[in-house]
Amino acid sequence: MLKRSLLAAVAVGTLMAAGAAQADTVKIGYIDPLSGAFANVGDSGKRHFEFMADKINANGGLNGEMVEIVAFDNKINPKESLIQLQKAIDQGIDIVVQGNGSSIASAIIDAIEKHNRRNPDEPVLFLNYAAVDPAFTNDRCSFWHFRFDADADMKMEALTDWLATREDLSKIYIIGQDYSFGKAVQAAANRMLAAKSPEKEIVGDELHPLGKVKDFSPYIAKIKASDADVVITGNWGTDMTLLVKAASDAGLDAPILTYYGGGLGTPTAMGESALGRVMQITEWHENVADLGLEPMMDEFEGEHQIDFYYYRVKNLMEMLQKAAAKAGSTEPAALAMALEGMEHETEVGTISMRADNHQLIQPLYLSTFSDDVPRDVEGTGFGFKTDYRIEGPATATDTTCEMKRPS
Amino acid sequence: MEVIVFSALNGLLYGLLLFMLSSGLTLIFSMMGVLNFAHASFYMIGAYVAYTLSSGIGFWPALFLAPVIVGLIGALVERYGLRKVHSHGHVAELLFTFGLAYLIEEAVKLIWGKLPVPYGVPDSLDWAIFTLFDTTYPAFRVFMMVVASLMFVGLWLLLKKTRAGLMIQAALTHPQMVGHLGHNVPLIFMLVFGIGCALAGLAGVIGGALLVTEPAMAFTLGPIVFVVVVVGGMGSLTGAFVASILIGLLQTFAIAIDASLADLFALVGIQLDPKGELTGITLAQIAPMLPFILLVLILIFRPRGLMGARES
Repeated sequence: MLKRSLLAAVAVGTLMAAGAAQADTVKIGYIDPLSGAFANVGDSGKRHFEFMADKINANGGLNGEMVEIVAFDNKINPKESLIQLQKAIDQGIDIVVQGNGSSIASAIIDAIEKHNRRNPDEPVLFLNYAAVDPAFTNDRCSFWHFRFDADADMKMEALTDWLATREDLSKIYIIGQDYSFGKAVQAAANRMLAAKSPEKEIVGDELHPLGKVKDFSPYIAKIKASDADVVITGNWGTDMTLLVKAASDAGLDAPILTYYGGGLGTPTAMGESALGRVMQITEWHENVADLGLEPMMDEFEGEHQIDFYYYRVKNLMEMLQKAAAKAGSTEPAALAMALEGMEHETEVGTISMRADNHQLIQPLYLSTFSDDVPRDVEGTGFGFKTDYRIEGPATATDTTCEMKRPS
Repeated sequence: MEVIVFSALNGLLYGLLLFMLSSGLTLIFSMMGVLNFAHASFYMIGAYVAYTLSSGIGFWPALFLAPVIVGLIGALVERYGLRKVHSHGHVAELLFTFGLAYLIEEAVKLIWGKLPVPYGVPDSLDWAIFTLFDTTYPAFRVFMMVVASLMFVGLWLLLKKTRAGLMIQAALTHPQMVGHLGHNVPLIFMLVFGIGCALAGLAGVIGGALLVTEPAMAFTLGPIVFVVVVVGGMGSLTGAFVASILIGLLQTFAIAIDASLADLFALVGIQLDPKGELTGITLAQIAPMLPFILLVLILIFRPRGLMGARES
């Protein structure tokens, strides 16, 4: 009896080992907030990744291996993120994606650098789809980090270029979240405005706690009192929604230049009051005309009841697939090498991954909230309408990155 | 001028919301000596229940029904939970309500999900009531101020001018005697706990629509409610009112002021670098911290709070 059960145990053990060896899935760890104030944003990102993973899998996966997204809730907390990262690594996951919060991305980059130094044979790759602190592709660049969104400086260049053409907007108010990204936006705005339009006056320069403010009315009162002609903000998630909600409530009529005006929930909160006033700078939006993306957007929206927003998730997953094919492997080091300098044909044109600092170069669109759009967002009847497109190469900024590649 | 007026209005509004939340807490504490850690959780239940009800029967019925439902839940919690724990002393009660807060949060996540729900201002109150210095002021905010003020007056009258209030006051200091006089003290306790929770529920109905209704809303407001109760004085309704308004105004005005710490020190003649890492922090940035600084100061210099009835 004992002998038989022992035999069975051995058999099961062997089977399991064989299963692990033949694993035909590549797991990608998705580390973002799935609870708390930013849960909706994290949830939306997760759905985009799962959707694109299905698309990639239907199209042959990564060299025949199926992609699986494994979600980890980091509660938008750097410490929790490191625990979740470790959990992912312990599960054998060696590709992680994250986007919400540069403070989080910063912690992950540090942790992965350390991990990869200590375990050179089992490195982990970090694909960043939204954390845009410029430091990650400059002073703090890492071979293991790739960014698929334009960084805060690149976007600010576009916004300040537009501002420079508007002589009627001379008083500027900057408001942002009090953490690395908010400060990066603030610094970029100050620096670029001083260089491009020294005649303009910055009448307010404000940071508020990240995800803690429940009522932005006091801030709006301050903005109104400052007589600002235009507001610049890098806010996202509920901080963005509540800011515009308070602005509409108080009847603030200055244009608001945003990074994430089209972000989840924001168009609903803005409503009619934001028409022609709220602008955003993004790599894409739903009304970039005639790209042939409509069937895919319809499919996504039908499945998830939220708008397709992260075009860059599509780019990320497609480039990952291409890198796997090019490298003939799904090993992080080989993928990273293949991604460096990679060019990719997309609906908006050719995009490329800079080899010197791992920043994706792609066209950017400046767009305004409008009621005259073919596709509305969040069922509001409104959507974003392109003002102009900035070609990819024009968005590239100098880098101070000194990339250390594994030898 | 504009800033002062609007900061005052916004501060008053925030203060009144805090009062709506803390009045129930201070009532429960003064009556039962129970520090209800789960109080803000009842506020959250109020918001969620109102959200569900208002999508079915509209906002106005929900405004009355949701607090009743929350009150009933509160009464059940007292009857079948707290009363059993009561005999084991204060620490057990504290732990019980502490655990309850987590339980409620998880339950809310299970029922309504982890994402914020689209609970907003009802259409009938979604308009600008007046315009001042080109700034419009939403009617819902004024409505909230009216409800909070009515709540304060109503509670005050109940406690000070009615027989029931008299009993509650008496049970605060002499529970044995009130019991010996033939009053059903456990029933009074259950009622008070229920009413306290219902008040939190009412705050939730309004606060949820005004702010965001999400599972973390209890934990973001929980600590500040305790600050209000401690600053105002444990068990004092007027104290809670004054402290709420004080904290509301303090926080809102701090946001409006751009002076940095270095500027503040300069006022008393100490010159510091206005662009320094620490000294460059503006008052607006430390605004969220101010209530807690106040809490520490009150505990050091006036432990019984502004108008506290109890020393301990």
